[in-house]
Amino acid sequence: MKQGVNPDDLTRPFWEAANEERLVIQNCTACDRLQHPPAETCSKCGSGAALEWKQMSGRGRIYHYGVVHDCPIRLLQEDQPFNCAVINLDEDPGIQMYSHLPGTPVDEVPVGAAVELVFDTAANGQKVPEWRVVTDN
Amino acid sequence: MATENAPRSMYRAREGLGVWEHRGEVAAVGIGHGPTSRRWDGKPDTSVGAISLLALRKAIEDAGVNPEDIDGLVMDELTTTGAFWPQGQELPWDVINAYNRTDAPLDGITQLSAEWILKNMPELSGVQFTMYGRVCMSNAIVVAAQAIGEGRAHTCLVLKAWHNLPGRYYQTGPNADDAIPGTNAMRSLWGTPACYGTAIQFAEYCRKYGKNHDMMAPFISNSRRNGLRFPEGYWAQHRPEEITPEDYKAARWIAKPANLFDNDIPIMCSAAYLFTTAERAPHLKQKPVYILGHASSRGQARSFIPTLDEVEAECASSGRKLLEAAGITADDVSFENLYDGFPQFHQFHMEGLRYRGIQPGEALDFYQTDISISGPNPVSPSGGNIGSGRSRFWMHTDCIQQIQRRAGERQVTGVEPVIGVSGGPMPTGGNFTCWSATPNY
Repeated sequence: MKQGVNPDDLTRPFWEAANEERLVIQNCTACDRLQHPPAETCSKCGSGAALEWKQMSGRGRIYHYGVVHDCPIRLLQEDQPFNCAVINLDEDPGIQMYSHLPGTPVDEVPVGAAVELVFDTAANGQKVPEWRVVTDN
Repeated sequence: MATENAPRSMYRAREGLGVWEHRGEVAAVGIGHGPTSRRWDGKPDTSVGAISLLALRKAIEDAGVNPEDIDGLVMDELTTTGAFWPQGQELPWDVINAYNRTDAPLDGITQLSAEWILKNMPELSGVQFTMYGRVCMSNAIVVAAQAIGEGRAHTCLVLKAWHNLPGRYYQTGPNADDAIPGTNAMRSLWGTPACYGTAIQFAEYCRKYGKNHDMMAPFISNSRRNGLRFPEGYWAQHRPEEITPEDYKAARWIAKPANLFDNDIPIMCSAAYLFTTAERAPHLKQKPVYILGHASSRGQARSFIPTLDEVEAECASSGRKLLEAAGITADDVSFENLYDGFPQFHQFHMEGLRYRGIQPGEALDFYQTDISISGPNPVSPSGGNIGSGRSRFWMHTDCIQQIQRRAGERQVTGVEPVIGVSGGPMPTGGNFTCWSATPNY
């Protein structure tokens, strides 16, 4: 199980949206550029005032993956081994998210496959964006 | 005297800066290492401060300088391998009080300030210049070389030390908590170990170029073999165990495709060098090894993990910067000691430098050829972190010793050790140095 999440000032909009089963990513309106993980300022232009949260479609692709056999997080150790993939968002493939790829057998990950947004629940009830491989049917 | 972090201006992080303005004006003339251990045993004479005092005094003796003539000290005050003093645990006052302490009680135990060093080395009465080159020895070397070139010091100690405490690596603190702050959660909720990012880059590298994990075996075996010939190293001192290709292929996974031997081992260790000007160097005990140039990488990943494209672009840029600074070509390099902790990114550094002309995607095939110290294409003759434990400094020591021809059983024999390169740590963030047998190569 994933650790619980205590939203902080920087990330609260992200986690609140997740509880509504929406994915929002920081966007700099001055640069028209997404950034993730979130930061206090735009990593390109340095503006803090121009940052907003933008809702994503919930579509992406698997960049690559690893299989975690020796996890440093206590709460996840009973789930070992597990997949952990890097997802590139369709809106901007430069933006990455992690995923345990629920429903995909361990080490049978289709690199490059399309994925769609789902939500997992962390130890304290916080919803967490996850990704599931899109199947034809 | 307050010690500050080196300003960004001391690092050469852009292409197009030309040959280093102090090319050949700075030389390494002394080396000292403290003893290694797996974890601190709690005794005063094995603390990170204690082993650093030993390393510094050995470097001074090795160079044959009068300690009073030393006017500079560049080091890193951060010493953690990932281990922190447990919250609430009683401080080790017997150790703290065994030395001249600073305002920070754990100085000399889980951190190491220049102030602590100077308080405990009264013989360094002439030090007027101190500066931190943070993160690892690669930074400190660059800062010390630049400082001497700029005339801030003429004879400068360079120090990097690491502490490691009882307990498993990264298994305590927030990783053991039931809940974590939202900012941390963005990265750590998915439970990836430290090698995960490199494993992803390596996986993509193998997919792109049609390679596989087993092709790393000759590199790992060669690295450990070289490390066992490094008497200052952890494996040589404590566990003289080779890694055969079969051992490597059978090792347990950490984050597949990274296994146990694709990770280094955190240890207690300390190393010091003595740098001086090219004018003073020839009058000291050891053959000087001159710095032809240095370069820094400040790559910024767009998101969590640098992609293979980002890594390859940054390593190529670092290679160009280093060769430009040194005023040489890749063909001039006798041997390479680029960073290997994690070994699955060593090939990115090597390909970026175009060592022996290899292009992106060719390094794993190169590993299947003779990469030993006796061949014409030595790869990591130091053995790096895989050979001797996590220090991030074996590569620098080896460059100096190879060129001085006092690398002992590791001495390269298939090439003339005239030009060596070392540096790291990360493919998208590190500092690199070019060493030479002569100041005007």
